[in-house]
Amino acid sequence: MASGDQGRFLMTAAAIPKISVRGLRKSFGRKRVLDGLDIDCANGESLVIIGGSGTGKSVLVKCILGLLHPEAGSIRIDGVETVGLRRTAREHLLQKFGMLFQGSALFDSLSVWENVAFGLVQGRGMERQAAQEIALAKLAAVGLGPEVGELRPAELSGGMQKRVALARAIAAEPEIIFFDEPTTGLDPIMADVINTLIIKFVREVGVTAVSITHDMVSACKIADRIAMLHQGRIVWHGPTAEIDHSGNPFVDQFINGRADGPIKMEIRAA
Amino acid sequence: MLRFLATIGAVFLGFLAATGRLAVFAGMTLATAFTPPFYLRAILREMVNIGYFSLPVVGLTAIFTGMVLALQSYTGFSRFAAEGAVATVVVLSVTRELGPVITGLMVAGRVGAAMAAEIGTMRVTDQIDALTTLSTDPLRYLVLPRLVAGLITLPMLVLVADIIGVFGGYLVGVYRLGFNPEAYLNRTHQYLETTDVVSGLVKAAVFGFIVALMGCYHGYYSRGGAQGVGRATTYAVVSASVMILMFNYVITAAFFGH
Repeated sequence: MASGDQGRFLMTAAAIPKISVRGLRKSFGRKRVLDGLDIDCANGESLVIIGGSGTGKSVLVKCILGLLHPEAGSIRIDGVETVGLRRTAREHLLQKFGMLFQGSALFDSLSVWENVAFGLVQGRGMERQAAQEIALAKLAAVGLGPEVGELRPAELSGGMQKRVALARAIAAEPEIIFFDEPTTGLDPIMADVINTLIIKFVREVGVTAVSITHDMVSACKIADRIAMLHQGRIVWHGPTAEIDHSGNPFVDQFINGRADGPIKMEIRAA
Repeated sequence: MLRFLATIGAVFLGFLAATGRLAVFAGMTLATAFTPPFYLRAILREMVNIGYFSLPVVGLTAIFTGMVLALQSYTGFSRFAAEGAVATVVVLSVTRELGPVITGLMVAGRVGAAMAAEIGTMRVTDQIDALTTLSTDPLRYLVLPRLVAGLITLPMLVLVADIIGVFGGYLVGVYRLGFNPEAYLNRTHQYLETTDVVSGLVKAAVFGFIVALMGCYHGYYSRGGAQGVGRATTYAVVSASVMILMFNYVITAAFFGH
């Protein structure tokens, strides 16, 4: 490859966002949750999406993961269109992703280490012995000892379950991790522990992270960039440092937690 | 009047849509059976759960069914001096009808409900979405093993129920009604044909598939937290029970209708 060609290739590769969403639309019945949403997330970036309850933050993440099918729009991962992928291609694509669910979503019929190793054993066909070693290493990385590995998820506190879920999300070393309300329901200290762990993995491992949260303390700590979702669209996005003087009335109302403003709370959930 | 017709139409369309969804669900699940990975351990676990742990309830139901059948046949047949047919009626009724139907209904209540509750809880707590994000097809991992286990295990369970049911009839026939034991046993296998047993086992396989399918389907599509899971459990048992009785007629007609 000529040096000029190589330079052009590298520039092109660098310019391709890790995640690119264009014109995404998703409705449930007559309720339109996402209404032509556009957003990009660069490789290695930590993007936090904020917004009120029922504004479609989780729906956006589920559309990117392929758990929900959008009615229109494009979702590109590394420049490759993923909307309408067939099952096998989707399973292959999902190996790039890790996901921390709001309620942890640990499998209560399995032990903690089996939960962490699940994606390695079932998803990638790794031997149980090797997967167990990786699982215990990941548990150690989130501050949990090997004795926890033999427990059942129901025997753990909410904070420990979140840490196990985080260990499961990173076990297969994904390129992109989604965090759905990672600190919801946790006390401030445990929330900070989880935030610190998220930063550690994003910064040290260099993964791309997309988090959705209401928690502005968490958002400001873990985000490189924050985007605000309202009525199915991104109404503001920018570097974390700029959020306090965004000049956007939606953002101002949300981050200051004011009842009065352009955002009117809907009574019914989507 | 128009509103009444519209309601009937809406109910009918809803029924068609639900049937279509169920067929697609079953088809998509069965399609995963032809490509790896295969979860053999999960199939064995479900076979133990459906078969071994259902033995007490199925055994008790079968023995009392056989006993009642012998008693009722005797009191009925004695009106026209046909008491000698009791053993034959018991064995034919148990192998052709009561063994598979009673077993199917018991398993629908015990296992179908548990499947709907377990998968429904996994749905409302995002565990099914978590499976997908871990590159594991939930239909292949959760549903297929249950369908296969239901299909294989119910015939075994029905075979046991048949033996226990006939034994129940024998106990009442010999110790309560005073039949000669040897004569009762002779009468039991004298008119019994292979088709009688095979038709019961075919029914059992179909019922096992139905119970697992309805349990998994209603659990998989449950919505709305604990209430939704409770509703899914009810639907799973009711729909499986109704379908068992419907398919019982269809299979009986196919085997003995001509």
